Parts: sequence; structure tokens; C-alpha cells
Amino acid sequence: MSSIIQVKNLSKQFNDIQAVNELSFTVEEGDVYGFLGQNGAGKSTTIRMLLTLIKPTAGDISIFGKSLSNYRQEILKQVGAVIEKPDLYKYLSAFDNLAIFAKMSGMKPNRALLLDQLKMVGLEERAFSKVKTFSQGMKQRLGIAVALVHNPQLIILDEPTNGLDPQGIADMRNLILHLSRQLGKTIVVSSHLLSEIELVANRMLIIHKGKKIVEGDVAALLDPSKSLVQIETDNNVMAREKLGLTKWAPLIQDNALCLQLKMNKEAVPQLITDLVSLQVQLLSVNPMHSLEDYFLSLTTQAGHVESFTN
Amino acid sequence: MWNLLQIELFKIFKKPRTYLAFAIIAAFIFLIQLGLLVNGKDWMKFMLGSLDETMNIDYNKLVNGYAVCYFVLNLLLVHVPILVALVAGDVVSGEASMGTLRLLAAKPVSRTQIILAKYFATAVYVFALLLWIAIISLVVSLAVFGKNDLVVAKTNGLQLIESGDVLWRYFFAFGFAFIAMMVVAAISLLLSVLSENSIGPIVATVGIIIVCTLISEMEIPLYQKYIKPYLFTTYMLGWKGFFYIGSTDDGETIKGSIQYLPGILKSMAALLIYIVALVSASVFIFRKKDILS
Amino acid sequence: MRSVFLFFFLLQLTSSARAQDINTLVQKVKDKINLVNDYAANGTMKTNVIFLKVPVATVKLFFKKPNRLRIINEKGISFIPKGAVNMNMSNVLSSGKYSVLDAGTDKIGNVVVKVVKLLPEDDNADVVLSTLYIDAVNQVILKTKTTTRDNGTYELQMSYGKFINYGLPDKIIFSFNTKDYKMPKGVTFDFEDGTEKKKVDDKIKNKMGKVEIYISDYTINKGIADQVFN
Repeated sequence: MSSIIQVKNLSKQFNDIQAVNELSFTVEEGDVYGFLGQNGAGKSTTIRMLLTLIKPTAGDISIFGKSLSNYRQEILKQVGAVIEKPDLYKYLSAFDNLAIFAKMSGMKPNRALLLDQLKMVGLEERAFSKVKTFSQGMKQRLGIAVALVHNPQLIILDEPTNGLDPQGIADMRNLILHLSRQLGKTIVVSSHLLSEIELVANRMLIIHKGKKIVEGDVAALLDPSKSLVQIETDNNVMAREKLGLTKWAPLIQDNALCLQLKMNKEAVPQLITDLVSLQVQLLSVNPMHSLEDYFLSLTTQAGHVESFTN
Repeated sequence: MWNLLQIELFKIFKKPRTYLAFAIIAAFIFLIQLGLLVNGKDWMKFMLGSLDETMNIDYNKLVNGYAVCYFVLNLLLVHVPILVALVAGDVVSGEASMGTLRLLAAKPVSRTQIILAKYFATAVYVFALLLWIAIISLVVSLAVFGKNDLVVAKTNGLQLIESGDVLWRYFFAFGFAFIAMMVVAAISLLLSVLSENSIGPIVATVGIIIVCTLISEMEIPLYQKYIKPYLFTTYMLGWKGFFYIGSTDDGETIKGSIQYLPGILKSMAALLIYIVALVSASVFIFRKKDILS
Repeated sequence: MRSVFLFFFLLQLTSSARAQDINTLVQKVKDKINLVNDYAANGTMKTNVIFLKVPVATVKLFFKKPNRLRIINEKGISFIPKGAVNMNMSNVLSSGKYSVLDAGTDKIGNVVVKVVKLLPEDDNADVVLSTLYIDAVNQVILKTKTTTRDNGTYELQMSYGKFINYGLPDKIIFSFNTKDYKMPKGVTFDFEDGTEKKKVDDKIKNKMGKVEIYISDYTINKGIADQVFN
């Protein structure tokens, strides 16, 4: 396995706004790399820097082991991207749009190949309709076709499910998995919704206000042993004191607002039994099993950086 | 580069807006031709002013294809910049507002190439536009009004160019007009690079031309001396220089001559300097630009 | 006292004798001109008007008695001065009645000429005064100055060659008044190439224009259709 993308200390300053701040991460070959953050967290700025749309203020980007600034054209030939909305030339047909971007990627596309590509995204019947007559979903699919037409090694999808209906979102998920598993592509996919990332990504990065919050394997982050269990009682302070005297003490999280334990979900019944025997009046015990809550809890604590590795 | 140019041309000539300019020009010229067909003599009488009182003039011969074309160019070339801006002001900013610029700039072509391809594609459009003007205003006018000597009116005099001495002047005049229009295209390009919507550069280009033309034409010594020599609009009328024929001291025209070629060449050089400066600035800014659209 | 009277008598005698001479001379010139009923001629026309720049034009001249004259540029466009119709002498000499006055002699080049003033008797005639400079030896007019009511003053200078027997010149210089020519810049949109100077404007104020016609051949009295003059 070799690194496809290597980002070191990447920063971008827009006037007085620090959009990306000392960001470092690595995408390995074959990864579906989830790029997670709230709107305005710096995802798009980072992705645009990967695509040379925005010049970094500081830091280095290497793709395929080569410096992006020195080998820009060579690298971009092997990169396909859908950036935010799939905006295309509205007054041109799907076919013409695809042909233009194929040529710009250095291909000499023939008609059959382009029609094949449109068939793959289910647009063969509308190949010669103008894009302005397309629905959002069709545009999205055409955008995917444009990103893939030159058979790139690295595919970057910025918020690919924005504006799609549930069926479209499911299709997109299947397409990502297909590209990754069947075709062996390396994919970077950004989203502000963890639920999307956790279904497709094997590794992920969470950023907030331009800074890295956490980077790691999704499986590890989803590991039930690393779950947080939130306990609600009639008196959280007393409950914390009582638990602090038991074997659960090391697992109690340092959180003033609520009582949380970092623990394996399977141990929840035992915890409940113990709480009952400690005569704590339980209101609820809530295991936070998905990264969604983790993501939310992290990103609400601004600037909180945690190393999270196996 | 050739590949990119083809793509840019494809984009320009697939856009309905492009053909709007051709339609406007055709309508404009046909209206002038119709007007001159009906009232050409009255117009000529007006242009010749008091001369009608002292001279016998064959007005039927005066209103000929060459004269009609000259009249059309006088009226039209002032407005063609708007049509040039319509397309050139859109080449970058139009893509920015449509959202395709980020796709374009993420492709393995350099930004310099993108800008140059867009400028050259605009050049092809401008060329086609002028060719269209030439066909309708010259070829059609000659077919309808016939061929004869061309009388050119200046503020303080008239000059007559024999019919056999006219065509090459049109050839060079259109060539000069092309260079002048490419300055307009370069202004639009620069504004287009700076903008994220296409209306802004188009309106701004037209505004700049209007203001510069006003300053050029105003007879205020301060402007005449210190500003006018540096305005591109001062040089845009240079195409007319090819119709200012040389003459002997007693007013006899010299066939095949130009009154003052260095003046025209100076204008041409000034316009070329404008083009190089504006396109270079466009390239420089676009290379440094963060594409956020 | 007597001698004084005699002096006046003699003076009157000589002057009436001179008047007699002049009338005869004018009549002879007129007779010569009357030989020509019509003509067609080929020539070139050179225009010298300060605000006009025109090439030398190939022209055809047509004349028919009594006073119809037309100059045509068959190929292209020419500006023909309106007073050019007065380029034929029969117009000067045969239009209406006039008194002839002897104004002595003058010299044109090396030729001694008789100066004759014609005053039309009709007060409403366009011509107010014509002055003729006549070569008495060849009985042809070398120069005329005509003052008109409406068309200003114009001058003709003629030189003769092959057709001197018909009183037809082979070179005519026609000088005439022109009106100022000035168009607003907003109409012409001049391109200023740096050659225009202020002095040009001053020159325009000198309002005499000149047309030189060189005639190579005449076809005389072969008949000319009337529609040529329309």
C-alpha cells in the first residue's frame, strides 16, 4: 500500500479568515476516504487545494508521490472530481459536455466510449438532450460521468449527495462502493453527514474550523468498545460520585454537562445493574453507537483534538 | 492548445447569445441599406452640406455600394464593441457563474492556456463578426447599389477616391477594425477574469468605452494633452485612416496612397500594446486567482 | 477757349471711333463663336478647391446653341461647379442686350489685349458685369471676369490651339467662389492621425476655387441630342 495523497501542514488564509489550519492527513491507495466536517469547516477549501483551484498559503500536497505544485498537469490527468453542485454547460447536450471534459483531460474520446459512459450512469437516452432540461439527479449522474470518463486513479467527490433524493443518495453510495471494490479506485468523499461517510468510507478525517479533529479507521471509530454511554439520572453529580468509587471509575468521561462513560456496549446491562444497586434513580442509559454522535460531540467542543488510534 | 481552442470555439458557437450579435448586425445593416435605398440622396445632400449650392453633383452615383458600406461602418463600428463584450465578457465570468470554471481549472491544462485559448477563440468570433459585417455591408451593398467612386466627408473637407482604388482600403480597414475590436475583447477578458458574473464585465466594458470615447472627443486641453494620448479609444478610429487619401499640394489625389500612414501605424502599435498588456494582466491574475465559484 | 472746345471735340471723335472699333471687335468675336452650333469634346478636369481632394477626372463636354453646356464624368463622380455653364462664350455674348464699354488695353502674358466691359441692359439679369480680355489679332477671348447677382464672381482664362478658328479653347481655367465647408465632428467622426493643423481652417476661408479643363479634341457641328443636357 502506498500513499495516494499526502498533505502536510496545509493552511489557507482568506484575508482574516483561517479557512484551513495546519492540516495534515494521508490517503492510502484503495481507500474510500471520508472527509467530514460541518458546513464551513474547510472541507471544500481543502478539496479545492487538492484540485489546484485554490493556492495554499502554506504546506505541501503530494499526490501519487509527486509534488502537486510541480507536477500539476501530470497528476490531474489521473484525478476525476465532482465539486459541490454538478454544474455543467447548460446549453450543451450531455454528450457534448462529456466530450469537452474528456478532451480536456487529455483523451481523444470516440463516440462509442462516450455513449458507454453515459449508459453507465443511466443517461444514454438523454445523451443528446441539453443539460438545462435535466433534473438535479440527472445532472449529478452526468457530473459523475464527467469525473470518471478519463478513467482516473483518484476520484474526489465533494458533497456528492447534496440535493439528491433518497434513491439518488443510495445510488451514489452503491456507485462509490462499486468504484472502490470492483475498479480499485481511490476515493475521497466529503460530507457534512456522518451517516453517509460511515456507510462507504474505510478511513476518515474530521475537521472543524480548518483544524484536524480526528483521523482514523472508520471501523476503529465505530468499534463498540470505544462507544460512549450517556447516563441520565435524577442527580448526575451524586451518581458520578457513587460510580467514582466503583470499578467503572476509570471509564468516566470528563464532561461537566452530562455523565458519560467510554465503554463497550456489551457491558451496558452490567452497568445498569450496578447503578441500580448503588440506588441511583436512572432516567435513561443511552449508548452512542454511531459516529454521528461522536462527530457531534467533538465538533461542539471547539478545538478539541484527540488522537484516536488502535 | 489547438485542442483547447477547438473546445472554446465549440462553446462560443453553441451559445445562442453568439448568434444574437450576428442577427443584430444583419438587422442593423439591412435597416441602413433600406433607408439609403429610399432616402440616400437626402443623406448625401446633408453630408455634402453647402457644397450643393456651388457644385453640380450626381447624387445617383454618390449613393453607391462603397459609400453605403462606409456609412454603415461609421455607424456600426462604434457599436460593435458592445457585441464583442457580449461574448468576451462572458468567457471566464460566465463559466464562473455557471459553475463550470472549477471543472475547467481542475483539468490538466495550465491556466495560461485556458486564458489564451479563450482569447483566441474570442478572436475567431470577432473575425467572424467582421467578416459578416463585410459580407452584408460591402458585398450586399455593392450588389444593390452598384460600384462607383467613394466620397469621404471629413470635418473640413471632402475627398473622392476612385472606385478602382477603394477595395484594398476596405480590406485594410477591416483588418484594423479587427485589431481595435481585439482591444475591446482584451478589456472584457480582463474584467471577466475579475468577475463572477457575466453582466458585470459586459456593462463595465461598454461603460469604459463610453467614458474613454467622451474624453477622447472632448476638446478640453487638459484631457487632450495628458489623457487622450493614452486612451485606446483615441486609436480605434484608425481604420478611417485608410480612407484618407494622399494628395498633391493643389488637392489632386494620388491613387493608391494614404495621407498619413505613420499615424495609422502608430495607432496600430498603440492598440497592440494595449492587447499585450491587457491579455498579460488577465493571464497573471487568472493564474493567481483562487477559484471559489 | 476755342482750343479747349476743339480738344473736347477731338476727344469725343476718337472715343466714338474707339467705341466703333470695340463693337466691331466684339461682333467679330461673336461671329466666330456663332460658327459653332454644337460640339462634343473630350478632356480632363483638374479641380483645385481647398476643401476638396479629388483625382484628375476624364470628362466629356457637350455644348448646344444657344447656351446649353454640360460636363459629364461618365465613369465616376465629379463635382462640377455650377457656374461652369458660363464656360461657353456664347452665353456671355449672346444672352440679352448689353452696352459695350471700352476699358483700354492690358497684357495677359505677352499678349496685348483689349479690355471690354459688358453691362446688361436688363436690370434683373443675373450677370451684373462682364469684363472681357480680347486678343484682337486672333479675335478670341483670353479671359473674362463676370460678376453675378447670385453666383458671386467668377473668372475664365482660356488658351487656344487647334480650334482657334472656332474660338474654342483647349485649356480653360475656371475660378469661382465657393462656400465654406464645415461638418460637425459628431457627424464625420474624424480619425486624427496627427496631420491636421490649425492653418487648414484658415485656408478654407479663402473661398476661391479653381477648375482646369484640358480639352484634347472637339467634334463640331455634328448634332447633339437634347437629352444629353437633361
